[in-house]
Amino acid sequence: MKSSAVPLPIENVDTDQIIPARFLKATERKGFGDNLFRDWRYNPDNTPKKDFVLNNPIYSGKILVGGKNFGSGSSREHAAWAIYDYGFRCVVSSFFADIFKGNSLNVGILPVQVSPMFLDSIFKAIEKDPKTELEVNLPDQTITIVATGEKESFGINSYKKHNMTNGFDDIDYLQAMSADIKGYAAASPY
Amino acid sequence: MSNTPRTLFDKVWDAHVVRQIEDGPSILFIDRHFIHEVTSPVAFLGLQQRGIGVMFPDRTFATADHNTPTINQHLPVQDPFSANQLKALETNSSKYGISHWGLGNPKNGIVHVVGPENGITLPGMTIVCGDSHTSTHGAFGAIAFGIGTSEVEMVLASQCIMQPKAKKMRIAVDGKIGKGVTPKDVILYIIAKISASGATGYFVEYAGSVFENMSMEGRMTVCNMSIEMGARGGMIAPDETTFNYINGREKAPKGADWDKALAYWKTLKTDEGASFDVELKYDAADIEPMITYGTNPGMGMGISNKIPVAEALGGGQASFEKSLQYMGFQKEDSLIGKKVDYVFIGSCTNGRIEDFRAFASIVKGRKKADNVTAWIVPGSHIVEQQIKEEGILDILTEAGFQLRQPGCSACLAMNDDKIPAGKYAVSTSNRNFEGRQGPGSRTLLASPLVAAAAAVTGVVTDPRDLM
Ligand code: SF4
Repeated sequence: MKSSAVPLPIENVDTDQIIPARFLKATERKGFGDNLFRDWRYNPDNTPKKDFVLNNPIYSGKILVGGKNFGSGSSREHAAWAIYDYGFRCVVSSFFADIFKGNSLNVGILPVQVSPMFLDSIFKAIEKDPKTELEVNLPDQTITIVATGEKESFGINSYKKHNMTNGFDDIDYLQAMSADIKGYAAASPY
Repeated sequence: MSNTPRTLFDKVWDAHVVRQIEDGPSILFIDRHFIHEVTSPVAFLGLQQRGIGVMFPDRTFATADHNTPTINQHLPVQDPFSANQLKALETNSSKYGISHWGLGNPKNGIVHVVGPENGITLPGMTIVCGDSHTSTHGAFGAIAFGIGTSEVEMVLASQCIMQPKAKKMRIAVDGKIGKGVTPKDVILYIIAKISASGATGYFVEYAGSVFENMSMEGRMTVCNMSIEMGARGGMIAPDETTFNYINGREKAPKGADWDKALAYWKTLKTDEGASFDVELKYDAADIEPMITYGTNPGMGMGISNKIPVAEALGGGQASFEKSLQYMGFQKEDSLIGKKVDYVFIGSCTNGRIEDFRAFASIVKGRKKADNVTAWIVPGSHIVEQQIKEEGILDILTEAGFQLRQPGCSACLAMNDDKIPAGKYAVSTSNRNFEGRQGPGSRTLLASPLVAAAAAVTGVVTDPRDLM
């Protein structure tokens, strides 16, 4: 994937900011993108806040670049749905909260963890040129700042990588081993 | 293998691995699964779309808590979206044969309060729920953690979850606890020390005399907030305190089953010489009643201290300043004497009987401050009942407070209990994120004692001055 990116150089972006609790009332998974970063994006009277990055047309792309400890807080998968629904397919940060990372992978967003220095380089590159592109290569597990050629590799376990590349799903896998699971349950003391 | 010393976490984890995927996650069997109205509807929808059912319905328990009103629960829920989610929980539960404690059910309450209360939570179990504070149940020596909705669907479908094994951290606190210092202060202190992300990637075991001497309610408060330092979960080895708490509860094992269970539970402790990836030690004597001043739970301090300058916390200057700006505070401010608009006591962190006892101990013989709106919300109907039986309600009423009905309430403000923009709330819940308690709300996290001191004086007050 090659795309320009939207920079959000704020640390500890928590899932309450990504999608505030009052928007969790749906019983279906759709329309969450409209409320992504709701309270940072809109004033109480629903007019857009001009200084927030998503309201700035010079930034766009499928990659969201966040500060350290991205996705902390609540386990709400709605946060990942909102990011996905808005159109992002990859989030880059120097550090992700655990549950958010798992949720992202489960909904089809690739969390790319880079070094703090590399993250800094990305922010600088975008600052210099908002249209600058990042190239994320899942098979090679690398991320490159296209303009400068700076490159770093990122980790992902091979099971998840396989699933992401092939569109497989954990539940299919688990369904196929239901005999083992039932066997375990039968012997469980609980 | 059996001779290698193992941690409590290893023992419980290893006992639940159904399969280990090479260079991938472990497939972990889940003993107990809690669901609530907000994070489960889409999971059930997923099952429907796949045309599959729930594998072990008797291992899942449903309770309505997140968006329920805390007054007039006997009336239909006003907000159509909340009503819709509550209905979905009820319909899905009955369709798949899952036990459901909805509004009005005498066992209803916050999921992390009712699970332990009814003996569903037991030592050595694996427990998950689509709520990050599932870590609460770790207080019993269980591996318990929050999951996303895809995983809720996964557990309904297969009773398993896929997780890489976390790294291990042990946090020991020993020494003498000071006056006015509660379990909430202990955990806020730890989080302030290691930051809101300091334990990301780890499962934490709490050890040392402070936790050994703590009640189950206190241990739950501590484990509850493990997630606020990024940890996957926290746990405490079960002991006599644990066994006494469980014994006799509705769903706890009885008779010969009890004896057998007990024998196993007694083996659930970290072996001498077992290794942790990180070990931290703190002295209880250094802990004061705590309060947070910023917008993540790591931004806490002893109540008599001053807000630090960002440099002292090591970096994150811009985020730190943004946070103080949101709160309307300056660095080096003292919070003592700051005006408080709202006080909230409740949530799965501090909504248990012990918390209301602590609150009442300060309130007794005093009056609610006129400038304070107080929301006093028990964690469950059972807690509500205890509050009445122990005479705490009388103390509260005498002082001008009202008791509300159980639920998550202002902890996440999905119902009508929202703190208005710009207002200050001293809250016994677990998150002080921007807007967590309502758009623009400003949250100061603290213990029930600090909350009570604020409720009767109308300003941030050191509870030790009122004890
Ligand atoms: S009380 Fe708060 S933290 Fe606890 S389950 Fe409810 S919303 Fe979650």
